[in-house]
Amino acid sequence: MEKNKDFEFTIEANKAERHYWADLWRYRELFYILAWRDIAVQYKQTIMGVLWAVLRPLLTMMIFVVVFGKIAKLPSEGVPYPVFVFAAMLPWTFFATAFTSAGNSLVSNANLISKVYFPRLIIPAASIIVAMVDFLISFTILIALMFWYSYFPTWHMLTLPLFLLLGFFAAFGAGLFIASLNVKYRDFRFIIPFVSQLGLYISPVAFSTTLVPEKYQLLYYMNPMVAVIDGFRWAISGGQTAFNMTEVIVSIIVVTLLCVFGAIYFRKTEKTFADVI
Amino acid sequence: MNNTAIKVENLGKKYVIRHETGNGDDNFREVVVGGAKKIITSLNPFSKTSKNDEDSTTEDFWALNDVNFEIKKGDKVGIIGRNGAGKSTLLKVLSRITEPTTGKIHINGRIASLLEVGTGFHPELTGRENIYLNGAILGMSRKEIKSKFDEIVTFAEVEKFLDTPVKRYSSGMYVRLAFSVAAHLEPEILVVDEVLAVGDVEFQKKCLGKMGEVSKEGRTILFVSHNMAAIASLCNKTMLMERGQISYQGDSPEAIKRYMNPTHQHEFTPNSFQGPLKNDILFHSIAINGEEGIGVTIHPADELVFEVRGVSKKRLDSFRMALMLYKDNMRVLTTRDVLPNVALEEGEFIFTVKIPPYLLRPGLYTIAIGGRKEMHSDWINGTELCDFFIKEEWSLENEQENEGVINVPFNGERRMKSNVN
Repeated sequence: MEKNKDFEFTIEANKAERHYWADLWRYRELFYILAWRDIAVQYKQTIMGVLWAVLRPLLTMMIFVVVFGKIAKLPSEGVPYPVFVFAAMLPWTFFATAFTSAGNSLVSNANLISKVYFPRLIIPAASIIVAMVDFLISFTILIALMFWYSYFPTWHMLTLPLFLLLGFFAAFGAGLFIASLNVKYRDFRFIIPFVSQLGLYISPVAFSTTLVPEKYQLLYYMNPMVAVIDGFRWAISGGQTAFNMTEVIVSIIVVTLLCVFGAIYFRKTEKTFADVI
Repeated sequence: MNNTAIKVENLGKKYVIRHETGNGDDNFREVVVGGAKKIITSLNPFSKTSKNDEDSTTEDFWALNDVNFEIKKGDKVGIIGRNGAGKSTLLKVLSRITEPTTGKIHINGRIASLLEVGTGFHPELTGRENIYLNGAILGMSRKEIKSKFDEIVTFAEVEKFLDTPVKRYSSGMYVRLAFSVAAHLEPEILVVDEVLAVGDVEFQKKCLGKMGEVSKEGRTILFVSHNMAAIASLCNKTMLMERGQISYQGDSPEAIKRYMNPTHQHEFTPNSFQGPLKNDILFHSIAINGEEGIGVTIHPADELVFEVRGVSKKRLDSFRMALMLYKDNMRVLTTRDVLPNVALEEGEFIFTVKIPPYLLRPGLYTIAIGGRKEMHSDWINGTELCDFFIKEEWSLENEQENEGVINVPFNGERRMKSNVN
């Protein structure tokens, strides 16, 4: 039996709860189970099932290869174009799905929010796990591609989780903002798909960052996914493409700001979620 | 040690009601445009502040206002009151779903709240999966659920369908499973909203039994219900809420009596009604057998006559008004004032509905009034406008044994087969 003391608390108007972060830990099981629910539900009653996680990025990659590689003949820094695109497609698809599901997560869990208490931060966090699983599944295609073009993994590959982490927090920070805004202003429902579609073209997925004119480079790096995508390419090609430290630093700063302000804004609006959702 | 489970001081919860918003959602554009306007006006030193204009579109509504009470450990407290009295808001604030605007709540003990049956159930998941999901949502640990899993399944009577997605469940099975998970929660303080209003009678009885069992184990229970019988049998104390405040707290029988016979006069306000026509038709009052107000007691042998008065601000084509009676949250009947295709003329109207004697069984009934343009989506509706009580007076026409909602006076016969030669 747990001691009573743990459950003694006071609710007061306009006062930040001291227990929030402790509560977050106490509710970790709910986090696992919500993530598990989203994963379990995603491919129910589909014939292709998990295959969809593979097919989506694969088909998009094939289109990119034809349109940008074969027709537009964009340069790919000496890496075979399919590998070049897929190395970017992976983190981008991860970001887009994670951002979309986090952004919509609160609204789609409205019934929970209005009926049960738990730290709401769990919802967007758990929703990103699904994107993570999809990422891992489609990662197998990358391995197949690398075999096909006889690219053997080098030590660079070991840095991949770090870039993935950067992408995770980029999606989480941005997702927190959008999710809490979406509760009050459903306009963001329309902004989310727009961002993930437009982002595909303004991020260096189909082309190389080096194509961006020198004077706009710094501005371009403000998109945190630029460093993630370039990092993936660098790690997968075994250092064949350029590694740009400025890019990574700018991205880390932007992602940190996104997460900090995202979390602050989320915490500030969290208490009214149940009233406005 | 301290034997207080919940202590509430000066609790208030304010909602800001917006008028004239096109859709339910806040419009981002309005906020952006409004914000830009504010900046422009604030830059202009000659413009008057437009504060009054803004205030006219919003209105403060105190769902809870200066609520104070203390609940001792092991108390079973019922909360009763009309819809909109603030019962659900109180539970939401106590369960930390929403933050109070003023005041302080001190809670001592592991608290679990059950504001809805089956919160978070996912239709695509199987019964087994949903038990774990729902249990976690209600605050049970995986270990706890595992140890009670068999008990939950047996109580819900769904053994055969454990691996079927719950979307293929009948609604009865669904509710049984959902309630069963909730019934196996073991908090020190349990907060329950009207969740027993679902499910069939048999299962409701089982649930009440289970709750009674739980309460004997010395746990603290807060229980919102419209079912006075359940309140009377389960709760040793009851709070009566009216307009966001606690108007009485004390013994259950006294609270129930006050709830059924309030001393103040009840008048309809436009806020009692909803729907697109709420500004076109204004209902004033209802009289039951000539007595205006609420809490009227009727003898079962009397004919019931409802007389509804109001004003129609414009002519409405093929409009029929309806009077609905509810008992224990179940609709007993719906009856209309005119035949189809009759227009409601502009001006004052009185509509009457008669219900023959001995039709309704003794008990508390609440009245809802509404109306609808036929073949049209325009409607108006107001529920729980007032209530009346059919007295318990037993006779051959109204036998105590004859249980249920409607009464059919003795009309049986018995023949012995062997006597027919």
